[in-house]
Amino acid sequence: MEALKAMVRQPAALFGLIVVALVVFLAVAAPLIAPYSPDEQMFDGLTLEGAPLPPSAQFLLGTDTLGRDLFSRLLYGARTSLVIGLVANGIAVTIGLLIGILSGYMRGIVGGALMRFTDLMMAFPALLLAIVLAALLRPSLWIVAMVIALVNWVQVARIVYTETRGLVERDFILAERSLGAGHGRILFHHILPHLIPTAIVWGTLGIATTVLLEATLSFLGIGVQPPTPSWGNIIFESQSYFQAAPWLVFIPGAVILLTALSFNLVGDALRDILDPTQRGRG
Amino acid sequence: MVFLLLRRLVQTALILLGVAAITFLLLYALPADPARMIAGRSATAQTVANIRRELGLDQPLLVQFWSYLQGLFQGDLGRSYAQKTDVGALIAARLPATLILMAAGIAVEVVLGVFLGVLAAVRRGGFVDRFVMMASFVGVSAPQFVAALLLLYVFAVTLAWFPMSGFGTPAHVVLPALTLGVLGAGWYARMVRSAMIDVLNQDYVRTARAKGLSSARIIFRHALPNALLPIIAMIGIDIGQFMSGVVVVEAVYGWPGIGQLAWQAIQQVDIPIIMGVTLVSALAIVLGNLLADILAPLVDPRIRAR
Repeated sequence: MEALKAMVRQPAALFGLIVVALVVFLAVAAPLIAPYSPDEQMFDGLTLEGAPLPPSAQFLLGTDTLGRDLFSRLLYGARTSLVIGLVANGIAVTIGLLIGILSGYMRGIVGGALMRFTDLMMAFPALLLAIVLAALLRPSLWIVAMVIALVNWVQVARIVYTETRGLVERDFILAERSLGAGHGRILFHHILPHLIPTAIVWGTLGIATTVLLEATLSFLGIGVQPPTPSWGNIIFESQSYFQAAPWLVFIPGAVILLTALSFNLVGDALRDILDPTQRGRG
Repeated sequence: MVFLLLRRLVQTALILLGVAAITFLLLYALPADPARMIAGRSATAQTVANIRRELGLDQPLLVQFWSYLQGLFQGDLGRSYAQKTDVGALIAARLPATLILMAAGIAVEVVLGVFLGVLAAVRRGGFVDRFVMMASFVGVSAPQFVAALLLLYVFAVTLAWFPMSGFGTPAHVVLPALTLGVLGAGWYARMVRSAMIDVLNQDYVRTARAKGLSSARIIFRHALPNALLPIIAMIGIDIGQFMSGVVVVEAVYGWPGIGQLAWQAIQQVDIPIIMGVTLVSALAIVLGNLLADILAPLVDPRIRAR
């Protein structure tokens, strides 16, 4: 509640919050709002020459190359993006938290090995890896989510590792240990709660990264497969038409930008609010 | 310093070894079968088996990996399945185009970023300052391919100032470099801005002002060099990111670099090329970080003293 109040006071964060709420609402209510079915190829959705229609009163944002309503497809595409955003990022944050905590808490071989592994993953060309995996795996929505999770957990692990290392050195952990608390109790009752702000911040910022990555993979034709609409594959399907029908590329593009931007703004504001030491930094 | 460098070199070699191992495992664990890809849809099981034997794909995984590593230590990246040529030579032929693109993109980023960052820091709270803060977020939130298509639409289709795609003249490099550079410039500006604000608040800047030096001289001669350190670290990180992201930009602009090479190879399940490009990208990431670590003490004596 406090966080919400603090956010409403910053114009940029408020803007982000409103857009995020709007996107979530539109995605959930897509069947109620969409004027047409997203997959329906309409007879009057193309010109007599078979070209897509520009935005008009009948088709708010125009139609695509198959005569489908772009507005309806974007609404359903929001579902795809948000589902992938939540699933992929949920998995990434969970893996990151787990590996970060364990490598930060455990001394010796296990902790060291986990951290070396994380370092190794940092040197991996993430986007290239995602493209290779997605292309060779016959992508479906869930595969795309898994691929994104697989390349996105590394950053979270790094940050959680640093924070855990700092926490382990603190006196209250030492006190707890001398009182006889076991590892499980220290990890889950004393360290994990301190990491929740980090998880929330990265849970939010990560959705922006995920939405962008999904769009990029789909744009290359190796993300979510048509006919399931996704913001990326809408652009993929019409990119060769973009000179004649620019709205088919730039309206979804603007939607992707706005959504990613809003999650970034909200995440950044959350970081300021939840972690006062970061306030005003770069 | 020499000891440190040696240690970093060993680390680099280990990391590359790890990247090679993971990529190798991943590629061979995937369901895509290169032998079937080469043989084509209508090939008999016998043909596929022959090709598999010819490529050594019938060997146990560890044996395959060991022979790949042996080649790697001799600088041999293997042979492409589809193009039947040396992967090292293929990458070497494509690398210059990618490096040109990378250099141009980073140049755009640094020039725009430093310029806007200094302006924002000098006039805090002003128009440029607010613009920089917003642009840095928009830059990291914009999908690269949409920016690429937008630049194409405005400057190649509508205004026809630059060619749509291809490679060869300086005009060809402008739009791809802008795509890579403009989006990142906001974040550079943000870094320069916060570093500049720190520096401008220091005593020696006040002394310079008290001596009556001109603002321009203080900003560019006294303050800016001290604010450039974060930029060096960022360029180091950027080199790696460029290598990883270059597939998308090269695909949109038909730029004949290693990104395009990788993209074709991915579609043909040409594993040696995918391995090679992944390793080159990983090398770029590691070298980028190494470069930043080496340059930082050269630029900033305070780090050298530590």
